[in-house]
Amino acid sequence: MALLEVENLQTHFRAQDGVNRAVDGVTFHVNAGETVAIVGESGCGKSVTAMSILRLIPEPPGKIAGSIRFNGRDLLKLSDKEMRSIRGNEISMIFQEPMTSLNPVLTVGKQIGETLRLHQGMSAAQAEARAVEMLKLVGIPEPQRRVKEYPHQLSGGMRQRVMIAIALACNPKLLIADEPTTALDVTIQAQILDLMRDLKRTVGAAIVIITHDLGVVAEVAERVIVMYAGRKVEEASVGKLFRTPRHPYTQGLLGSMPKLGSSLTGDETRLQEIPGLVPSLKRKLDGCVFASRCPYTTDLCRAVAPALEEKDDGHVAACHYAPKEAVAA
Amino acid sequence: MSTPILEVNDLKKHFPIRGGFFGGTTGHVYAVDGVSFSIQKGETLSLVGESGCGKSTVGKAILKLFDITAGQVVLDGQRIDDMAYGSLRPMRRRMQVVFQDPFSSLNPRMRVRDILAEPIRNFGLAKDGTDLDRRIAELMDRVRLPRDAVNRWPHEFSGGQRQRICIARALAGEPDLIICDEAVSALDVSVKAQIVNLLQDLQKELGLAMLFISHDLAIVEHMTHRVAVMYLGKIVEVAPKRSLFAAPKHPYTEALLSAVPVPEPGAARERIILKGDVPSPIRPPPGCRFHTRCPYAFDRCRKDEPELRQTEDGHFAACHLHDLPDAQNPLAGARGAAVIAH
Repeated sequence: MALLEVENLQTHFRAQDGVNRAVDGVTFHVNAGETVAIVGESGCGKSVTAMSILRLIPEPPGKIAGSIRFNGRDLLKLSDKEMRSIRGNEISMIFQEPMTSLNPVLTVGKQIGETLRLHQGMSAAQAEARAVEMLKLVGIPEPQRRVKEYPHQLSGGMRQRVMIAIALACNPKLLIADEPTTALDVTIQAQILDLMRDLKRTVGAAIVIITHDLGVVAEVAERVIVMYAGRKVEEASVGKLFRTPRHPYTQGLLGSMPKLGSSLTGDETRLQEIPGLVPSLKRKLDGCVFASRCPYTTDLCRAVAPALEEKDDGHVAACHYAPKEAVAA
Repeated sequence: MSTPILEVNDLKKHFPIRGGFFGGTTGHVYAVDGVSFSIQKGETLSLVGESGCGKSTVGKAILKLFDITAGQVVLDGQRIDDMAYGSLRPMRRRMQVVFQDPFSSLNPRMRVRDILAEPIRNFGLAKDGTDLDRRIAELMDRVRLPRDAVNRWPHEFSGGQRQRICIARALAGEPDLIICDEAVSALDVSVKAQIVNLLQDLQKELGLAMLFISHDLAIVEHMTHRVAVMYLGKIVEVAPKRSLFAAPKHPYTEALLSAVPVPEPGAARERIILKGDVPSPIRPPPGCRFHTRCPYAFDRCRKDEPELRQTEDGHFAACHLHDLPDAQNPLAGARGAAVIAH
C-alpha cells in the first residue's frame, strides 16, 4: 500500500459566474520515502492539489471530492480535530514565500518549538533544545544564537531553511514542498536543493515537490506528474519523462526551455512555442484539455477526452495518439 | 569600431540611509559601485547576477530615473547623465524600457490604443490622426497582436499578451536601445518562449540594441551576444557569450553556472555550492567582494581589490587568480564544459 493515495480528486470553487474546476479528477500515489514532483504552469492546479491533501482549502467556496488516503485513512472523512493532529505532524508543508510564512513577532525557536509542543507535548525547554538541533540539521551556523532571532534578522535562504526545520521537526512521513526555491536566487536555490536531497537520506520522509521549473524536477525528483488545466496529463519516472516525453504538452514544455550550454553545443535553435492560452477552467470541456493548443489535434481530440493510458512500463499519458510501447505485463 | 550606442563609465549609485536621532545620513547602500561597459548598435548585452547585485539599478540609472552619484552615461556620443530635463527629453525617446511585471506596468484605465498613442504624441512622431492610427496598427503587427485589440483594456489580456503591449509601447518611440529589466521572468515557461522569440525577431527586424537584465542564465545564453556578470555592485566578468559559457574566468560566474538546475536527470556535472549569503551592500567586504564566498580565495583577495582585466580577446575578469601561474589557477582551462555539460 502506498503512503498517499489520491483518487479522482476534484477541487472545485464556486465563483459568481460558474464553477472553477481547479483540479478535475486527479489520481496519483506517493510511496514511502519517495520524491514525486508535480509540475505545470500557473493555474494548472498543482498548488490546489497540495492544499487539498492537507485540507487547507476554505469550504465554501471550495469543495473537495474524491478520496485522499494517507496510511490507509481517508483524510476527507476525518474530523477537523483529527486533521489538526495530522497537519505539521505526519504531513507537513513548506510554502514558496519564506518571508510571509513565518510569524514576524516570534523568534524562530518559538516557531519551531510550537509544532513540537503541540504534537509531542514537549516542555518549552525541551522544545527549544530540539529547535537548536533542527537548525543544526538544516545547516544554519551558530544555531544557539539563531534560535533566539526573529525572521527579519535572517536572509531569504536562511528563512527557507527555518521553514524546512519547522516542517521536519516532528519527523513527518510526508513533506509537501510548494515551489520551495522559486523565490530564491540560483546559488541559494542550489544550497536548498542540496539540503533537501541530504535530508531525504537522513530523515527518510516522502516528498511531494510542486514546481514549474523542469530543471528543479530533474535535480530532485524520482517520479514526475505533469498537470495541465486541472488534470494529470502525464506521469513517468524522471528519466523516462525527460528522455521520451509522450504527451504533446510535456514535449512542448521541454522544447520551450532554453538549455544551458546551448552556445557550446551549437544547439541555438529557435525556442519552440506553445501557441495560444490555457483554456478557461469554468467551461466543462468534452475533449482533451490541450486540444486547442496541440499541434496534432484531430476531431477525435476535440470530441473525446483521452483516458490516462499506460504507454510504457510505468509511463502514463492522456493522449489518443501518443505512441505506445509493449507494456510488460 | 563605430561609436557605441551606449557607453557607461565608472557608474556609481549610492543610496543614503536616513535614520538616527536627527534623521541624518547614517550610511550608504553601495548599490552600484563603479560599473563600465558599452553596447554597440544592434547588439545585446546581458547583465546577470542575483537579487541585490545592482543590475536593475544600472538599468534605471541609464534611463535617468534617478540622478547618479558619479560616472558617465553616454548615449550615441552624447553625455546624458548631466543633461537638463528639457534637453534630455528627445534623448529619452531613443531608449525605452520593458519591466518585469506586465500587470503593474500598464495603466488599467487606459485602452491599448491610448497606451500606445501616448509615447507617439509625447514625442511628436505622428503628423496627424491617420498617421497615428497607422503607427498604432503597425505596432500591433510588430508584436503579433490582432489590430482590433486596440480598443480593449489591459485586464482583458493574459500576462504574455500584456508583455507584448509593453513591448509595443517601448517600440512606439522608435528607440535605438531597449532595456529589458527581467522582462520575461514573471511569465510561464511556454509564454516565456513566445516573448523571447519575439524579442529576438524584433531585434533583427529593427536593428535594436538591447540591455537584457536577467537572472536566468539559460535564457541569457539563448538571447545575448555578450554577458556582464555583476556581484555586489560591481561587474566581475564581461565576455562574449560563447567565451563566458565555455570558460568562465571568475569563480562567481563558475559557481552561478554550476548552480543552475538543468532539465537533464542524472547529468554528470561538477557542482560548486557556494557557502553563505551575499554580504550586505551597506558594508561590502574589503578586498575582492566575493572573497567571503569564494572557494579559491587566498590572502591577497582579502586585502587587494582586483580590477577588471582582459584575460583573452574580449574576455575581462576581475580576479587575482589570473596573476598566478596556470598550474595554480583553477580557472585556467575550459571550465564551462565541466560545470554545465550534460
